[in-house]
Amino acid sequence: MAMTMSGEVQLNAPREEVYKKLNDPEVLKACIPGCEQLDKLSDTEFQATSTMKVGPVKARWKGKVTLSDLDPPNGYKISGEGEGGVAGFAKGGAAVALSEKDGGTLLSYNVEAQIGGKLAQLGQRLIAGAAKKMADDFFDKFAKSVNPAA
Amino acid sequence: MSATGIGAAVRRKEDLRFITGKGQYTDDVSRPGQAHIYFVRSPHAHARIKRIDTKTAAGMPGVVGIVTGAEFAESKLGNLICGWTVLSKDGSPMKMAPHPALAVGKACHVGDPVAVVVADTLAQAKDAAEKINVDYEILPAVVDPTKAAGKGAPLIHDAAPNNTIYNWHIGDHDATAAAFRGAKHVTKLEFVNNRLVPNAMEPRAALAEYDAGTQHLTLWNATQNPHVARLVISAFVGIAPENKLRVIAPDVGGGFGSKIFIYPEEVVCLWAARQFNRPVKWTAERSESFISDAHGRDHVTTAELALDADHKITGLKVKTVANLGAYMSTFSSAVPTFLYATLLSGQYAIPHIYAEVDAVYTNTVPVDAYRGAGRPEATFVVERLVEAAARELDLDPADLRKKNFVKTFPYQTAVASLYDAGDYNASLQKALQIHDYKGFGKRKRESEKNGKIRGIGFATYIEACGVAPSSLVGQLGAGVGLWESAEVRVNPTGSVELLTGCHAHGQGHETTFAQLVAERLGIGIDQVNVVHGDTDKVQFGMGTYGSRSGAVGMSAIVKALDKVEAKAKKIAAHLLEAAEGDIVFKDGKFTVAGTDRSVAWGELALAAYVAHKFPTGEIEPGLKETAFYDPTNFTFPAGCHICEVEIDPETGVTSVVGWTAVDDFGTVINPMIVEGQVHGGVAQGVGQALLEHTVYNDSGQLVSGSYMDYAMPRADNLPSLKVDMTVTKCPSNPLGIKGCGEAGAIAAPAAVMNAITNALGTEKIDMPATPAAVWSTIQQLNKTRLAAE
Repeated sequence: MAMTMSGEVQLNAPREEVYKKLNDPEVLKACIPGCEQLDKLSDTEFQATSTMKVGPVKARWKGKVTLSDLDPPNGYKISGEGEGGVAGFAKGGAAVALSEKDGGTLLSYNVEAQIGGKLAQLGQRLIAGAAKKMADDFFDKFAKSVNPAA
Repeated sequence: MSATGIGAAVRRKEDLRFITGKGQYTDDVSRPGQAHIYFVRSPHAHARIKRIDTKTAAGMPGVVGIVTGAEFAESKLGNLICGWTVLSKDGSPMKMAPHPALAVGKACHVGDPVAVVVADTLAQAKDAAEKINVDYEILPAVVDPTKAAGKGAPLIHDAAPNNTIYNWHIGDHDATAAAFRGAKHVTKLEFVNNRLVPNAMEPRAALAEYDAGTQHLTLWNATQNPHVARLVISAFVGIAPENKLRVIAPDVGGGFGSKIFIYPEEVVCLWAARQFNRPVKWTAERSESFISDAHGRDHVTTAELALDADHKITGLKVKTVANLGAYMSTFSSAVPTFLYATLLSGQYAIPHIYAEVDAVYTNTVPVDAYRGAGRPEATFVVERLVEAAARELDLDPADLRKKNFVKTFPYQTAVASLYDAGDYNASLQKALQIHDYKGFGKRKRESEKNGKIRGIGFATYIEACGVAPSSLVGQLGAGVGLWESAEVRVNPTGSVELLTGCHAHGQGHETTFAQLVAERLGIGIDQVNVVHGDTDKVQFGMGTYGSRSGAVGMSAIVKALDKVEAKAKKIAAHLLEAAEGDIVFKDGKFTVAGTDRSVAWGELALAAYVAHKFPTGEIEPGLKETAFYDPTNFTFPAGCHICEVEIDPETGVTSVVGWTAVDDFGTVINPMIVEGQVHGGVAQGVGQALLEHTVYNDSGQLVSGSYMDYAMPRADNLPSLKVDMTVTKCPSNPLGIKGCGEAGAIAAPAAVMNAITNALGTEKIDMPATPAAVWSTIQQLNKTRLAAE
């Protein structure tokens, strides 16, 4: 049972710059909630470790972050999947689209997430809220990295 | 009737320790040097296990050992088994796939154990488990039983093509089809009998200890049948020979069937205790119970009832798909077949019945017997159909039932069961009167004034208890006989140890069994100690389930008491210098008939052990007798439950506002305990009907796996129940007992749903009738009504 959500954020930067930042491991590391480590495996693959808490379940996740459907500077897809040991697993992704608007860039995203194991058993009702918060956090931080002054 | 004998409402002896916190459950037992085991379980419903990396975990503090499924398989132990062979229509045996204690190669449900960590403390075991890296390749999963055998469903086990375990049937297909061709009226319904999670108050637990000096294993285990556990673990899994394995089931806090079965955890604990030469303990956490205890029910059924112009039922056709989960649990095959379809005649004389049952594998927790086991499902089918037929024909549902009741006994049903005794009309009449059935119309109008919808529903159920005649179940495919044993050990001072192969986990055997012995021997119930749940003490027994302990277990006690009395009479004749045939035993005294010469029970017991001047050729010293009792038929408890509900159409909340239960359990030993059993059963049945919802999502995740989402019945979900009895004695056992443990859970779901469908005016609502489901149904009905207008 996949859970989906979408949102958008207005950025004061040209699309090319936004797209570049979306591909920058340092930026991604700073923006992925709870991310402790993000090692680049290739231009489109990263090994990540992050801590995530959903309701009563807290776990350290190890997994892969992959960039796909690269279409500079119009957007891409960022997806991740991780095993949280006894807490279960989580996987999900966001299709990110960039369009020109008001002299800047409008970033819109569609997120899809799936969870399993203890996380689903205990946290199913909380996952929508938790995932929304994580997505909001990610794009908030990302907006800040694009517009440090904002 | 004496103050403590048969029929007396004696307070339970065992409650002193239970309500003062002195019960001794498996988790209360600790052994020196004990280690703890943690089970690493699959978070995926269906996944290939590509690799398990335990290297980091092995170096963690306190770790004694880590074992993966593949490593465990090297021990060449046997798989867990389903002990009841069911044949398909074509005569082929059921397709039982291997069930290793730890998954090898692939995991088949969320919760399937794939590895274990043994460590000094539980916290250390859990910490190390966090460091185990399992590389899974996720496979598509199937959770819906109606899709499991369909095209495109992922294959779970190679041994079961189309995920089908068997296509079984019972009854006469052609005769039933003919009955339907000649029918004046046919009522057809579709049902989902919702999957339930058992939720015994005490979670499952196991503690295993190995004595390297004697090579002897001891297992403390929260089980309903320690001897069967030992037999299976010895003979099939091959952990140790029976004489090198002792199984102790100490106090057990509820089972409801879920503790009958032999599970992976106890097997792995035993193996690990020997492997690491440390006692190994496991106690399930509640969230672990949700994904590892065998679930109950989970049927999808289409059923049709044929009636003639005179409203006589002429035929019944049933097609059921039963979900057995990812592996076949110990008795899983028998539940949707012999414990289900053989009861499809209900309390009615139905000349022709034909039932088909397809059992399938899915990527869900295994399903097995749960309070009622098959009989709640059968009752639901029959009682919902009869109620709906009465509505369609504009008849009083009580009258339609009366017209079709079996009235002469014995009655041979069309589905193998032979009903021995009963008076179904008597329990219905009594229930109607106690419930004030006539006043329902007035109460309904009152509810209407308050903006509520009131409904009333019946369940005139029947069940087969007293499990079970060995030769009969043998013919049906059971791997064991289902007799029971008892041993009466008279102490030199006249007090008694009663050893039984039954096992109490809430039933009150320490009281009721003592009542039987006390009445027979003329001693106080405090002079009788009931000993059970230890394979080193009790020679053998089949345990407690299927409401068998009274009908079968107590019959064995009667047989043993007969033997004790016979020998005691011999001794009395010697002591009183009289002929054995002249000795009368009454009120705790052996008397020479027609004289005042007597010897009291206590004196006789002492003499039996002192044995001075015994004619040793004729009388052995001591007074201890053993008996095995094998029933000749099942017993058939039956009764009538009436449920009245009030629905708030604004919120969809259903309140159970009235409940009358009139049951025929045959002879009742302790009416207070029996009433308690009815209360508990009804509560569980109401839970199934209104609250308990086991939800798997499409990917096989159990998303109602905690008390945040899985609603158990509570006291405020129930009204004060009116419980009464009628009695027809069971002719096949010496005490006339039928059994009472499951009745409430069997009757209640049908009674509740009949009441709700009566209130709503539609048959189309499934269990659990949660507020959301009821509210949506009302909205849908309103929409349809508006569209029609």
